[in-house]
Amino acid sequence: MSEPTSLTAAQAVERLRSRDLGWRELFDAYRERIERIDPKLGAFLWSASAAPDGEFDSAPLQGLPVAVKDIFCTEGVPTTAGSRILEGYVPPYTATAVRRLEEAGSTMVGKTNMDEFAMGSSNENSGYHVVRNPWDVERVPGGSSGGSAAAVAAGLAPWAIGTDTGGSIRQPASLCGIVGLKPTYGAVSRYGMVAFASSLDQCGPLTRDVTDAALLLKHLIGRDPCDSTSLDFPEEIALPNRERLDGLRFGVPAELSSEAEGIEPGVAEVFDRTLALIEELGGSVEETKLPHAPHGISAYYVLAPAEASANLARYDGVRFGLRADGDDLLSLYESTRADGFGPEVKRRIMLGTFALSSGFYEAYYGRAQRVRTKIAEDFRTAFERFDFLVTPTSPTVAFPIGDRVDDPLAMYACDLFTLPGNLAGLPGLSVPCGLSEGLPVGLQLLGAPFAENRLLAAGHALERAFAFDPAPPALEVSR
Amino acid sequence: MIDRNQVLHVARLARLRLSEDEIPRMSSELSSVLDHIEKISELDLEGVVPTSHVIELENVFRADEPRESWPTERILEGAPDVAQGGFRVPTPGQ
Repeated sequence: MSEPTSLTAAQAVERLRSRDLGWRELFDAYRERIERIDPKLGAFLWSASAAPDGEFDSAPLQGLPVAVKDIFCTEGVPTTAGSRILEGYVPPYTATAVRRLEEAGSTMVGKTNMDEFAMGSSNENSGYHVVRNPWDVERVPGGSSGGSAAAVAAGLAPWAIGTDTGGSIRQPASLCGIVGLKPTYGAVSRYGMVAFASSLDQCGPLTRDVTDAALLLKHLIGRDPCDSTSLDFPEEIALPNRERLDGLRFGVPAELSSEAEGIEPGVAEVFDRTLALIEELGGSVEETKLPHAPHGISAYYVLAPAEASANLARYDGVRFGLRADGDDLLSLYESTRADGFGPEVKRRIMLGTFALSSGFYEAYYGRAQRVRTKIAEDFRTAFERFDFLVTPTSPTVAFPIGDRVDDPLAMYACDLFTLPGNLAGLPGLSVPCGLSEGLPVGLQLLGAPFAENRLLAAGHALERAFAFDPAPPALEVSR
Repeated sequence: MIDRNQVLHVARLARLRLSEDEIPRMSSELSSVLDHIEKISELDLEGVVPTSHVIELENVFRADEPRESWPTERILEGAPDVAQGGFRVPTPGQ
């Protein structure tokens, strides 16, 4: 425990505040770890070459470093969203989420790798390089916030932010054995966050423990005049201290339980053990139903590509980013986009354009929006009876690199448990709850809109009981 | 089933040039994803209101106050081709 990089963010803030640790010293310790360990992982697309100027004595976060997914615009620092089409792009402004962290006294140690435009569940769709899972470098870290998850798991940053459109914070957190939180839609401003599917995208924390997730969330939330879908969070985010679950009702949706299609037996076993533990801690566990949740994947893979096809229309080679040659304007657009986008992004643009095209709009987009209504209604009904719904975060543990790249449907199935929460705008917390075949398994807790404090409190009690050891063995480099 | 002609039509709408190799692959991948998505046509959705925004929120107003905009030079810094204070592009054609 003598290494300052072994401290959680909350512990590090205390040490910085009491002045027995200097923020530059801590920043440099992380820079040194990134330099030494990241070549084995590929978690970063950019990292700071020196500690920034600053004085953080009175700032709440005391100069503590943070890793930022490369989807957030950062003034003067390259921002690619994992895409070659944005190679060399240096934004003139900083995303609100990052600016808020800076204002709270946070320093950016690096920008993390990701699936191109956040489309993917394995980080293999990065336009730059794959990210390796610190638990087993032959396996994926999950995605799309895979760089953020791997960086936190390997102790290359005390914590990180990512984005979650269909599971992109929770699933990589689960696969890397860390905590990930997708907040209620609107809790965190999307201004300056490269848009994928605007009605689903949400920024949130990836951290070593639940307390850190609360601390980071506390500094991210709030209404922003630059994002008219952002909201004033109805209460302060509190640091969790709950140890028991007495009086809390946990629902297990049959459609998303250990009986679900495609779930690995090892994951199902850990999940079922977790349910027993919830009862030991005083919570009640009962089966429930989310009849439309299994249709979440279908609805999502209409809605998200449809929104993406519109959002990605801006990458045309005219104002910023890559430009390919063209004899006229149309061929300039077409060749720029052909060269700049990777296969999965092209697939989704095609899918979304098709779903929105004349003659197919109602059959696909219209129906998917109605399915979304049904999924949200199912959740509302369930939350009349339950405080939380619990599911595994991912149907599998981290899979080998290359296993699913050629099968889009197999890749999409990774999000079975997480994407219904995005479609309904709900907060979801993933907490590591055990190992299967030596690899981390995550428990997902879903709550009603703005139930973040309750989710974090319950997550805290569970985390204590799991006593999960977050140190990945594969790297042979302890934090 | 999405055939070659549909793939080319959608690619044109999306301003994407696909290589000869990409066309058949796109055709089969899109077809298999759409087959999967077809499952939602089994649901009875008669009378269900579509959802486009999931958290209740409407009529977000702000005061209409003039603000400084970005200086032109700043915005042109990232542009691939600049001329006369603007973005230069080839002819729109015909």
